Amino acid sequence: MSRKFDLVHMLKYVILIVGTCTVLFPLYVVFVNAFKNEEEGSNPFSLPASFLNFDNFANVIDRADIMHAFFNTFLIIMVALIGNIILGTMVAYAVGRIEFRGKKLVIGAFLIATIIPTITTQVVTFSIIQAMGIYNTLYAPILLFVGADVIQIYIYLQFIKNIPYELDESAMIDGASLLRIYRSIILPLLGPATATLIILKTINIYNELYIPFLYMPKQDLVVVSTAIMRFAGNNQAQWTNICAAILIIMIPTVLLYLFLQKYIFSGVTSGAVKG
Amino acid sequence: MSHISYPLQRKFILISFLLIPLALLALFTYYPAMRLVYLSFTSWDGISPVKEWLGLGNYIEIFTNPDLFGVFLHQIPYVLIGIIQNIVAIVFAVILNSKLRGRNFFRVMLFLPFIMNAVAVAFMFQYVFDTTNGSLNGLLGLVGLESWQQSWLGNASLVNYALASIGFWRFMGYNMVIYLGALQSIPGDMYEAAKIDGASRFQMLWSLTIPNLTPIISLNMFLTLSGALAVFDLPFVLTKGGPAGASETFLFKTIETAFQFNNYGLASAMSVVLLLFTAIILLVQNLVINRKGD
Repeated sequence: MSRKFDLVHMLKYVILIVGTCTVLFPLYVVFVNAFKNEEEGSNPFSLPASFLNFDNFANVIDRADIMHAFFNTFLIIMVALIGNIILGTMVAYAVGRIEFRGKKLVIGAFLIATIIPTITTQVVTFSIIQAMGIYNTLYAPILLFVGADVIQIYIYLQFIKNIPYELDESAMIDGASLLRIYRSIILPLLGPATATLIILKTINIYNELYIPFLYMPKQDLVVVSTAIMRFAGNNQAQWTNICAAILIIMIPTVLLYLFLQKYIFSGVTSGAVKG
Repeated sequence: MSHISYPLQRKFILISFLLIPLALLALFTYYPAMRLVYLSFTSWDGISPVKEWLGLGNYIEIFTNPDLFGVFLHQIPYVLIGIIQNIVAIVFAVILNSKLRGRNFFRVMLFLPFIMNAVAVAFMFQYVFDTTNGSLNGLLGLVGLESWQQSWLGNASLVNYALASIGFWRFMGYNMVIYLGALQSIPGDMYEAAKIDGASRFQMLWSLTIPNLTPIISLNMFLTLSGALAVFDLPFVLTKGGPAGASETFLFKTIETAFQFNNYGLASAMSVVLLLFTAIILLVQNLVINRKGD
């Protein structure tokens, strides 16, 4: 019995290690090649002559407009998040705390929206954005990230159910207004859901390609995803440079992930509707 | 404000808190969806004020023109690899749900690809699959399988499997974490009881774990299938639909039809078809699950 147990135990580790190696394999290749010069040969597995060779990184930062891209991406994320948090908590409070006719309809409207893939409606959304006069401005992606992706409402709705209603009641006995209850009780208690939302949305927006590509073709409005696309397009098969660009772009979310894994895992488990 | 009666306050809150979110929802989700249906019956070119009514013309075009509907064949590899991806994810979730040293380390590593920038991942794999300098061909050379070396993204019969495997790499850990969450919510005493009844490891997996996972398997399968229906990023970034259109997907065609060929009417009809398919998958899954529950 115990021998069989050990065998199963061993097998588990073998599977886990194979899986981890599969994840790390392409990352290893990108990592070592980002430090190589063009002349260092074409073996993708060999170590670079020096890990202190930052030529490729300097080159990317210089030519791919990376800093500008980081700034624009950061700006979009900040404004979209503020909008998401305000609107998401407001909906959660109104729907989660007040009884009214048509409540099910409102919840249903938000939930069904989470399963419509945003990209399929771009044909029409595009003309709306144009008609609003915000095509080729940062407002276009911001508005779409706030208004078209409603996953935050789902996360908040789930969360608000677990905040006991007695808290609201005792505040009402003290004569607090509903607006005050929302601001001073509900909003702070939704904190953990907000943390989850901030991280998931940051990663989503950071990784989004098509919305910035479609709505902001202007050179100045480059974001991280479009920056690497342009750079790789202009430098076909210059792998050492492309690897450096890949690394620069991957690092921020990887760091965020490693430090805040707890929130990410809980968010993925609870809000697993729209990928 | 606090002098106003609570019922009045409730009305005020309801209106002021829901007005903007509902307006945005209508403007960016429901209006486009309905407008899409309307445009799908016309020949709109995206600019001209005149929209010629075509009736079902665009839909007939979609279902009879193999260049349009036929591209769904390219998406079968995504479905197949997506199913394998879910099976592998369940295996990893079951393993990580047992008592094991370094559990969290492995979970963090396997989930890592999910949080990475999609475009960066795409170019990373372009390098992996590169014919002359790529690490996959390099690896095959190292282990003596030179004859397997390939132009992975240049071979019409392989390109979709190559692209789909990038999706596998990115999303397996995501599915795994969802499965793991579901496994952890199965009460431990159910396993205790099964053990006392003398159930074997495999019996417990088959008759206890899997049935408890069914709703989550269904959710993950919905994500996988609707994801496979709406594949776009990878061919868009890496192959531009090539070689010779072999990696074009339906959504890729839709976007191209709208924004390159300015045939918004046809593109709208294609979007509607895609939305309907997504809805059908969801409906069928709900029916299956509900019947099991009865």
